[in-house]
Amino acid sequence: MANMNLYSRGDKLFVITNMVLIGLFALSTLYPFIYITSLSMSAGFEARAGNVILTPVGFTLEAYSKVLSEPQFWISYKNTFIYTIFGTLMSLILIIPGAYALSRPQLYGRRFWNLMVAFTMWFHAGLIPFFLNMRDLGLLDSYFGIIIGFAVSGFNIILLRNFFEGIPQSFEEAARMDGANEFQVLWRVYVPLSKPAIATVALFCIVSRWNGFFWAMVLLQDEEKIPLQVYLRKVIAELSDDEEFATSLLNASYSVETVTASIIVCSIIPIVLIYPFLQKYFSKGILLGGVKE
Amino acid sequence: MSSDFDTAGSPATETLVVNAKESVRERRAAQIQRVGDHLKREWQLYIMLLPMVVWLIVFLYKPMYGLQIAFKDYSIFKGVANSPWIGFEHFQTLFSNDQFLRAVKNTLIISAYGLLFGFPVPILLALMFNEVLSQKFKKTTQTIVYLPHFISSVIIAGIVITAFSPSAGIVNTILGWFGVDSVYFLTRPEWFRPIFIGTGIWQEAGFQSIVYLAAIAGVSPTLYESAVVDGASRWQMMWKITLPSILPTIIIMLIIRIGNILEVSFEMIILLYQPATYSTADVVNTFIYRQGLQGGQYDFAAAAGLFNAVVAFILVMTANAISKRFSRTSLW
Repeated sequence: MANMNLYSRGDKLFVITNMVLIGLFALSTLYPFIYITSLSMSAGFEARAGNVILTPVGFTLEAYSKVLSEPQFWISYKNTFIYTIFGTLMSLILIIPGAYALSRPQLYGRRFWNLMVAFTMWFHAGLIPFFLNMRDLGLLDSYFGIIIGFAVSGFNIILLRNFFEGIPQSFEEAARMDGANEFQVLWRVYVPLSKPAIATVALFCIVSRWNGFFWAMVLLQDEEKIPLQVYLRKVIAELSDDEEFATSLLNASYSVETVTASIIVCSIIPIVLIYPFLQKYFSKGILLGGVKE
Repeated sequence: MSSDFDTAGSPATETLVVNAKESVRERRAAQIQRVGDHLKREWQLYIMLLPMVVWLIVFLYKPMYGLQIAFKDYSIFKGVANSPWIGFEHFQTLFSNDQFLRAVKNTLIISAYGLLFGFPVPILLALMFNEVLSQKFKKTTQTIVYLPHFISSVIIAGIVITAFSPSAGIVNTILGWFGVDSVYFLTRPEWFRPIFIGTGIWQEAGFQSIVYLAAIAGVSPTLYESAVVDGASRWQMMWKITLPSILPTIIIMLIIRIGNILEVSFEMIILLYQPATYSTADVVNTFIYRQGLQGGQYDFAAAAGLFNAVVAFILVMTANAISKRFSRTSLW
C-alpha cells in the first residue's frame, strides 16, 4: 500500500491526520522515559518541587554518584548478570535438545511428550505448591535455584520444535551419509539452520531473566544474592514509604525522586543497548510460537 | 484376560486358546524386539529428551502433586504426603471469606475493563501503522511503541509511582496548572483500576499490534487494486477491506483473551497496590501471595490457587476448542 498514489484531498487529509495521531502516540510512549531521565539529572530540590517537566532542571549528576557509590547496587547488578547469563545458557541447554527430540517423527510416544509440554501451558499448580517444592528441594536463597527453577517454558519449547519441524529432511541427508549421530546432526545441521529461532528463544530468556522480579523477591532473602529488580523495588518502596527518611535524604543536590530515577535509568540501559536485536527477533518469535497450522 | 480363556472348556477351544496365547506371546516378543531395536538405534533422542522431561516433572508436575495440600491440614514438619486429609474445609472457608470473594470480583472487573479498553487499541494501532506512507516514519514510531514491552514491571511501576507522586509527580504538576489540588492517586481506591489498566495499555498495546500487522501483511493486494479502480478512498479501504480481512485474527485474539480472563498481571499489582487500595486492587493471585507466601497459610492459599487454576484451565481449553473450530487453526 505504501507506494499507492494519493487520489483525493480526503486521502491526503486522512494520511496526515493518521501520521499526527501515530506521532502523538509514539511521543506519549517515549515521554515517561524522557521524564525519568531528566528527573535523574535534575537538582534534588527542583525535583521535589515538581519543577521537572521535560528537560533537567539544575543539571547535576549527584544522584548517579549516590547510586553508583552504593555497594548493594553493584552486588545486585552483578547478580542480575549472573542470573541472565547462566539462566539463559541453562534454558538453551535444556530446550534445544529437547525440542529437537520432540520434532523427530521416529520418536516413540511423540504425542505423549508433546502433550506433557503443552499441558504445562494450560495448567499451573500455582504459587504455593511451586514455592513449597522449591523449598523442599533446598533451592531457597540459592543462585542455582533461580537459574534452574525457571529454565524451561512450554512456549519456548514449542517455538523451537515448530521451527525444527519446518526444516526439510533433505538438509540432514549429507550429514547422515557421513555417519553423523543425532547429536552431530543437531549441532551441525539444525542449530546453524535455526539461528534466528534460537536467537529468539535466547532473547526471550534474556529479557525475562533481566526483568524477573517476583520469584527472586519470594525465593531470595539474602541481600548478597538479590538481583537488580529486587534491589530497585526495595529502594523505591523505602523511599516512597518513609517520609522521614525522604526528608533526611533531601539536600540541595539529590532527592528521593532523582535517586529513584537514576537507578531506573541504570537498569534500563542494558535493555536499550540490546533493543535493536530484540526488535528484530521478537516480532518473528511471537508469530512463530503463537499460531501453528 | 487370560483367566477368562482358561475356563472356556472344550479341547478345540483349548488349542485355539493356546494358539492365541502363543501368537500374543510372539507378537509381544516381536514388539519388545522392535522397541529394543528402536532404542538401540535412536537412544540418543531419548537422552536429548530426558533432561527436559526431568525438569518438567521436578519443577512443574511435582508441584501439581503438592496441590493435594489444598485438601489437607498442611504442616511443614509432616510434609505434603503425611499431613492429614481434611476434605473440602479450606474451600468452605474460602467461599465464605469476604476478601477472597472480593479478589475474585476484582480479578473479573479488572480483566473485563482491560479487555474493553485494551483490546481495541492494538488493532487500531495496526490499522494506523498500515496507513503510514513513509517507511522511515513507520519504522521509527514502531521502534518507540514496542519499547515498553521490554521494560520490567518494577521499572514501569517505579515510573508510575514517581509520575503520580503527590509532591513531585508530573501528573499533579500538570493538574496544578489548572488549579486542581494535588491528589495522592495511588492511595485512592477509585483511581487504582484506571491507572493499572492505562499502564498496561501504554506498555503492551504497541507490541500487541505486531500480530495484527502480520495479518494485514497477508491481505491480498488485488483487493486494494480493484477498490482503487472503483474510486474508494483510503479511509473506506481501511474499514471495508483491511479490517474485515483481519477479522479472523481479531476473533482468535479475542477468544484467547477471554480464555485468559483470570490472568491479571499480579506482579504489577503487587508493585502498585497498598492496603488503602486493596478494595479495588486485590486480585486472586495477590490474595494467594499475601495469605500463603507472606502469611504462611499454605494449605488455604493453595486451595485458592487450585480453584483459580481449574477455572482458568476450563476457560483456556474452551477458548482453544472454539478457536480451533472457528479457524481450523490450533493455538498450540
